Amino acid sequence: MNTQPILEVKGLHKSFADHHVLKGIDFSVKPGERVAIIGGSGSGKSTFLRCLNFMETLSEGEIWVDNERIGVEKNGRITYPEKQLCSVRERLGMVFQQFNLFPHMTVLQNVMEGLITVKGYTKQDAHAVAVRELAKVGLSEKHDAWPGRLSGGQQQRVAIARALSMEPEVLLFDEPTSSLDPELVGEVLRVINQLAEEGRTMLLVTHELGFAYHFATKVIFLADGVFHEVGTPDEVLKNPKKPRTQEFLRRFSEFAF
Amino acid sequence: MDYSWDFGPVLSRFDMLALGLLNTVKIAMVSIVLGIIVGLVLVMMRLSPRKWLAWPAAVFIEFYRNTPPIVHFFWFFYALPVLLAISLNPYVAAVLALSTQSGAFYAEVFRGGIVSIERGQWEGGKALGMTHSALMTRVIVPQAISRMVPPFIERSFELLKTTALASTLAYADLLYQAMLVNSETFRPLEVYTTIALMYLVLLVTASQLARMAETRLTAYQ
Amino acid sequence: MNYVPDFTIVTDNWIVLLRGLWVTIQIWLPSIIMGLCFGFAIAQARLSERKWLSRSTLVYVELFRDTPVLIQLIWFYYAFPILIGMQLSPFAAAMLGLTLNTSAYASEIFRGGIKSIHRGQMEGAKAIGMTHAQAMRRVILPQVIKRMLPALTNRTIEVAKMSSLASVISVHELMYQGRLLSSTYYRPFEILTAVAFIYFILIYPGTFLAGRLEKYLARSN
Ligand SMILES: Nc1ncnc2c1ncn2[C@@H]1O[C@H](COP(=O)(O)OP(=O)(O)OP(=O)(O)O)[C@@H](O)[C@H]1O
Ligand SMILES: [Mg+2]
Repeated sequence: MNTQPILEVKGLHKSFADHHVLKGIDFSVKPGERVAIIGGSGSGKSTFLRCLNFMETLSEGEIWVDNERIGVEKNGRITYPEKQLCSVRERLGMVFQQFNLFPHMTVLQNVMEGLITVKGYTKQDAHAVAVRELAKVGLSEKHDAWPGRLSGGQQQRVAIARALSMEPEVLLFDEPTSSLDPELVGEVLRVINQLAEEGRTMLLVTHELGFAYHFATKVIFLADGVFHEVGTPDEVLKNPKKPRTQEFLRRFSEFAF
Repeated sequence: MDYSWDFGPVLSRFDMLALGLLNTVKIAMVSIVLGIIVGLVLVMMRLSPRKWLAWPAAVFIEFYRNTPPIVHFFWFFYALPVLLAISLNPYVAAVLALSTQSGAFYAEVFRGGIVSIERGQWEGGKALGMTHSALMTRVIVPQAISRMVPPFIERSFELLKTTALASTLAYADLLYQAMLVNSETFRPLEVYTTIALMYLVLLVTASQLARMAETRLTAYQ
Repeated sequence: MNYVPDFTIVTDNWIVLLRGLWVTIQIWLPSIIMGLCFGFAIAQARLSERKWLSRSTLVYVELFRDTPVLIQLIWFYYAFPILIGMQLSPFAAAMLGLTLNTSAYASEIFRGGIKSIHRGQMEGAKAIGMTHAQAMRRVILPQVIKRMLPALTNRTIEVAKMSSLASVISVHELMYQGRLLSSTYYRPFEILTAVAFIYFILIYPGTFLAGRLEKYLARSN
């Protein structure tokens, strides 16, 4: 088994103006790993995920993809050429809380878009891939629908198909079910679960602790801008060692039944 | 009210009014097209990260939006030629006034459309690995255009009405032709009522056409 | 460009321009105030259950919105007196035209504002025991007025710009004085530029205020 990490983070810091959100994070993902990231609201989970594919510019630190340092050193300063960032983003698929589908394109066009403009596929090839990916998320019926006409759960599944179509090495999910009505959460989690069974490498920010427990190979509790506690789902979610983690989990189970 | 209406003298000179109407439409079309070009240049300057480009564009736009159009017409016809030691005919001066003025408004329309696109759209495209220019042309601008359509139409509608000011420079638009007809017939009530109705028909037709275009361009919403 | 501007012509005649500005204000403020009051009444008629009333006010509103203001002023100055058999001074004609024009536009603002009130607001107020009148005064109206403020401010700005058209029917307002001065001294560049600046100073605070209001309201909602 290949044990080289696909994605590696070294000494990551991120500040917004004088608000220091991430305070030194070291982290790596190996192929087939599924990492769940949990933590309080505003703790920087989204920020961490968004730094990985450079949706946010890093304040400090390094990101390595396939053992290649991202960024070019020039006169002692790191710059990030657009071409390199595009290639990183192509390899790290992202699914957002708000779906971010393109409302002026049909479902099929949404999935074909990246294949055509980024991968340079012909229309026919892109079409074939899009049809396949949409079938996988159970939306073969909706090819020609406008995203605005779909339910939240369906939109999120289109977004997953769109990310999958690019054949990313790692999938990043930022609270993919948080803006869904409760009865629609299941259909999206089932798709994610199916991807887990295929052995895909994934990072998932979530508040669905039950799902995280079954899904993840590793759980990270993010607090105070650092990885406060890291371990297997059993270690972090069932038997947390640190008081902060225990407190966080207790608040979650307050209204459990 | 014992005035007896008589449209006869006016209607017998209807060809003069028709010519005026044609000229009104012509100057409006030319100014809309030039105004779009001016607006595109201004909006690109205005949204540029370079201050020395953005600032003059902002000043230009604000100045135009906050001064009456008639001042622009007279400025281009009387003041600019003195400054440059050239002469401008009424048509050119009026087109300059109309297209710079509408350009300033269009620039704001374009800017409003682009900045109204949610951050998520930029991120959705970026996350797929799209370049800035691909994202702009395939995702942002197509959506921005459909949001720009209603205010763009409104602005063009205003421009169409503002063309009547070209008559003050003696350009032979509908109003100017009406003044000619009036000086021949001494029937101001009939003349000005007729052209008011002609403007009404022109503008209502234009707004119907615009509404049809609008429903087409915003179909997906 | 070897033209040497000489702005002393402006400073020498500032009193003339000031007099013009005063007339501008005299047309502008009364016509906006009367136009708003009249427009409020028209909005009520537009929203009336009686078909003939809402239809005829619709025609009134569209007549003013779908013809150029300049035509309206010219019509009220040259054509309308024949209809009523009575001379109108340029000032009265301008005032009449601008007031009625404003009333048409303002009525649409009021109508939109009143229609935009959410039914839930009235129900919410009644649910805590307010009477209909109390709910109207304390809950609905403050929201409607707040929501309409930017549009009303914009209208005020538009009327200031439109007032310059009164120069065409020789009302001695700012633009008229500017045209007169520039042809008397043949210094159109200096004088028209100065006139443009004076209008800018008059109008810009309103635009600034409207922009601020819009931002503030967007944040408070
Ligand atoms: N673009 C930004 N500008 C300024 N501050 C930001 C920005 N994005 C995030 N922040 C701040 O950074 C902190 C971390 O935000 P982040 O969105 O990463 O939190 P999160 O853990 O994802 O929270 P949630 O569970 O609510 O999604 C917050 O305090 C937030 O206000
Ligand atoms: Mg988040």
